[in-house]
Amino acid sequence: MIVAIFTLSALAGASGLLLGFAAVRFKVEGDPVVEKIEAMLPQSQCGQCGYVGCRSYAEAIVAGEADINQCPPGGNNGIIALAELLGRDPKPLNAEYGAEQPKRVAVIDEQSCIGCTLCIQACPVDAILGAAKHMHTVIARECTGCELCLAPCPVDCIQMEPVAATITTWKWTYPVAEIEAA
Amino acid sequence: MSAWFPFHGGVKTVRHKTESSQRPIQPGLLPSRLVVPLHQHVGATAKPMVQPGDRVLKGQMIGQADGYVSAAVHAPTSGRIMAVDQQPVPHPSGLPDWCVTLETDGEDHWIERKPLDYRRLHPSDLRNAIRNAGVVGLGGAVFPSAVKMNLSGHCERLDHLILNGAECEPWMSCDDLIMRERAAEIVAGIHIMVHVLNPHQVLIGIEDDKPEAIAAMNAACAGTGYQVCPVPTRYPSGGAKQLTKLLTNKEAPVNGRSTDIGVQCFNVATAYTLHRAVNHGEPVISRIVTVTGQVAHPQNIDALLGTAFADLIAQCGGYSDGVERLIMGGPMMGFALHRDDVPVTKATNCILAASARELTLEQPVMPCIRCGDCVDVCPADLLPQQLYWYARAKEFDKARDHHLFSCIECGCCSYVCPSHIPLVQYYRYAKNEIWAREKEKQQAELARQRHRARMERLEREKQEREAKLRQKAPPSRAELVVVPGTGISERNG
Amino acid sequence: MRFRTVTSPHVLLETSVGLIMRRVLYAMLPGIVALIWFFGWGIGVNLVLATVVALLAEAAMLVMRSKPLASHLGDTSAVVTAWLLAVALPPLAPWWLTVIGVLSAIVVAKHLYGGLGYNPFNPAMVGYVVLLISFPREMSTWLIPHGLGQPHTLTLLETLQAIFGTAPISLDALTGATPLDVLRTQLGLGLSVTEIRNSPVFGIVAGHGWEWATLGFLAGGLWLVYIRAAAWQIPVGMLSGLAVIATGFYLVDPQHYAPPWLHLWSGAAVYGAFFIATDPVTASATPRGRLIYGAGIGMLVYIIRGFGGYPDGVAFAVLLMNIAAPTIDLYTQPRVFGARQR
Repeated sequence: MIVAIFTLSALAGASGLLLGFAAVRFKVEGDPVVEKIEAMLPQSQCGQCGYVGCRSYAEAIVAGEADINQCPPGGNNGIIALAELLGRDPKPLNAEYGAEQPKRVAVIDEQSCIGCTLCIQACPVDAILGAAKHMHTVIARECTGCELCLAPCPVDCIQMEPVAATITTWKWTYPVAEIEAA
Repeated sequence: MSAWFPFHGGVKTVRHKTESSQRPIQPGLLPSRLVVPLHQHVGATAKPMVQPGDRVLKGQMIGQADGYVSAAVHAPTSGRIMAVDQQPVPHPSGLPDWCVTLETDGEDHWIERKPLDYRRLHPSDLRNAIRNAGVVGLGGAVFPSAVKMNLSGHCERLDHLILNGAECEPWMSCDDLIMRERAAEIVAGIHIMVHVLNPHQVLIGIEDDKPEAIAAMNAACAGTGYQVCPVPTRYPSGGAKQLTKLLTNKEAPVNGRSTDIGVQCFNVATAYTLHRAVNHGEPVISRIVTVTGQVAHPQNIDALLGTAFADLIAQCGGYSDGVERLIMGGPMMGFALHRDDVPVTKATNCILAASARELTLEQPVMPCIRCGDCVDVCPADLLPQQLYWYARAKEFDKARDHHLFSCIECGCCSYVCPSHIPLVQYYRYAKNEIWAREKEKQQAELARQRHRARMERLEREKQEREAKLRQKAPPSRAELVVVPGTGISERNG
Repeated sequence: MRFRTVTSPHVLLETSVGLIMRRVLYAMLPGIVALIWFFGWGIGVNLVLATVVALLAEAAMLVMRSKPLASHLGDTSAVVTAWLLAVALPPLAPWWLTVIGVLSAIVVAKHLYGGLGYNPFNPAMVGYVVLLISFPREMSTWLIPHGLGQPHTLTLLETLQAIFGTAPISLDALTGATPLDVLRTQLGLGLSVTEIRNSPVFGIVAGHGWEWATLGFLAGGLWLVYIRAAAWQIPVGMLSGLAVIATGFYLVDPQHYAPPWLHLWSGAAVYGAFFIATDPVTASATPRGRLIYGAGIGMLVYIIRGFGGYPDGVAFAVLLMNIAAPTIDLYTQPRVFGARQR
């Protein structure tokens, strides 16, 4: 009887120590699920989902406030990836938040720009260069196509232009010659 | 050396080499206009060095190598620059690319050519010279040769230097002809490679259906210790990995380089251009192109880079009847062109004007019956039908796990498929998608970092502003009011 | 000038699904001839009936699934299924037996599972097993082979009458047990293998008449392997699997377990090894996997014959290994070029 109690207590104590050690040794900083979700989001920081930036959306998904189908730039592939990660069923993109479309970048009409810097303040990824009273320009490589700069522009000189396929971005297409359609 | 080590799979294809290999190499006619693409190699596009209106001499550099993996581009003849802009180029997409358009003056006036004494040059200076001469792999892959002649970090010295004269693609005979006619110069080029790479052994692999080339190379190699190795005629013996296996029984590791196993492989035509570049100071401004199929006189032409395909076809007597596909490269791996006004590049080894007689017309695609014929012929030992299912279902992770990237796109699987499934296109599609997603991921990561940096900056600025305000006039508690209804506290005043 | 743009390769081998299927049909001919010689017109009538029903069923399913008729019907895969099944049916099987079998094979096992290339189970064997389980009496009524003292040889007309249910004469005198049936029942009665094999039904090796059909199928099967229309690994795996396990038991107790050559040469072993198990759609697809797949079938055949409820077990063995094929494939991927030896 005594031996049994002693053994079990010792075992419990040892396990407790081990768990305590593991908790300190393998402490995880931050929420790993949030990190994983964030890594899957397209990082356009466009706010179409209703949250400021992709990270807040990721946090909202984990908190159960937001659904997984609110990210138009991520599109269906993004939803499927999120569904797989979270073990949920994929669902179609919620049209309330916008529609999936090919990636576009902002282009400033440099003739009309008055140098008001409003777009620079709006850009979530600092992809617009310029100074007050000087014409601004978009670094096309850094632009995520979030369209957040369109609204603030007082002279409507910013256009969204589709990224043209070049010889380096061209891709082989999915074979369509299949006869059996079903 | 008579012993060789068979690779798995491969197919026996039609040959059709004699159509173009019966005539000696013809010099290309000088066209009135040359369109020289600035991106004729793997790696970064060459930076243009000329403006419209400039006069250039033959062999003058018009595009500068941009970075380590790149190669220079030169004026193929003397003349005046007409434009530096986007022009149609030979590419499966049919999209234009940056080109320098040159109006030729007919004088063919060379710049001053400076031969180099490679034995006295430091290897890195020699490599720079090779890069600046625009020497790239002429087998079709156009990888900059200067990069391949640098072993640092991979191995001390090569076990085997392999010269690829296999030329396994049907219809093609440009390597055959260059070996027959310019064997001594090829060997002179090999000397330069040997000087830099210091291999234990030099092996020259040639498919045994080219007896004249084998004889010519044997004669040229006499006394050098280089071994000419006839290999059995079986597609794709000319794949670098397959030829390496055939000659040395070594397999380049998955995700690795051939130098990891002490092997480096160059095309025979590359050795020839290397010799011209180093020993004669002539950069790469022309290459041998097989023009064959439905043309009046199929032959090999030593064509200036930038010559339009249509000009070469015209030099061969024009199209015969029923040409419906124009293929650059061979029928197994080459791609069909949209138009024939595109220029010859360093990658243009063959132009095949094909009619229904040369091609297999499209067959109805049937479902895969898992017959396994593709497994039997795959030279990379893959499971092609498994890859097909994954690519088709867009399960790219699984396709990658099944070694999609070991696929060399040789086309053997499509060739034997009884259901006529365009297998190779599925693999190309899957590879492209994976690369594109990888790139998207990198861009997303970049955007995430920039966004975070911005948020931190805004936060910092806000704190700095507050700190400054606090320094000016430390706010008393009474000055903080709560704006009713919003729950936001705001500084008053 | 604009050209057509299609991806490489631009030349293809002259081959097609139809060609492969037709080769299987040709390869079956020697065995079929032997069967008809020994068992009469019934086999031929079954073949014709099965072919007609299969083509009609295939066409109906293709129309319903809106697939192109020409290419899918022209691949003759339905005819192959029909023949594979018909050859396995008793020569005087009533017409509805054949119809039910073929419909189960084409409609259920093939098209309800997605059609050519998608069916997980061998359609012919699904049809056979459906019949074997549902109509055991009809399925075990075999004719006595020619040359074994049967009182009367049926004419074509009498055969047709028997199959379509208006038999003018009693057939009971013409039917008998198959060699494997005899072996099974008499072993159950406690007889030794030597005693049982004295029965004339066993012929030279493994059954009068049967052994010649087996020889015919072996010849056709070897030709299929030679022209690479069938993977050699599967028949080799299956026959060696069967031989190894049969030899083992035979060496332990030759009076209770039939010798390996009897097992190899009787029943549907050779036919199954070259024609049934080699159906690529339902078999394993990797080279090593095919050996394992074949060996699995061979061993299951022996286990079912020796310890199961049926005299022959090829159909069940094949279906059981069909389930295992994807798993076998997963674990037998070939070493990729350049991968380190594992």
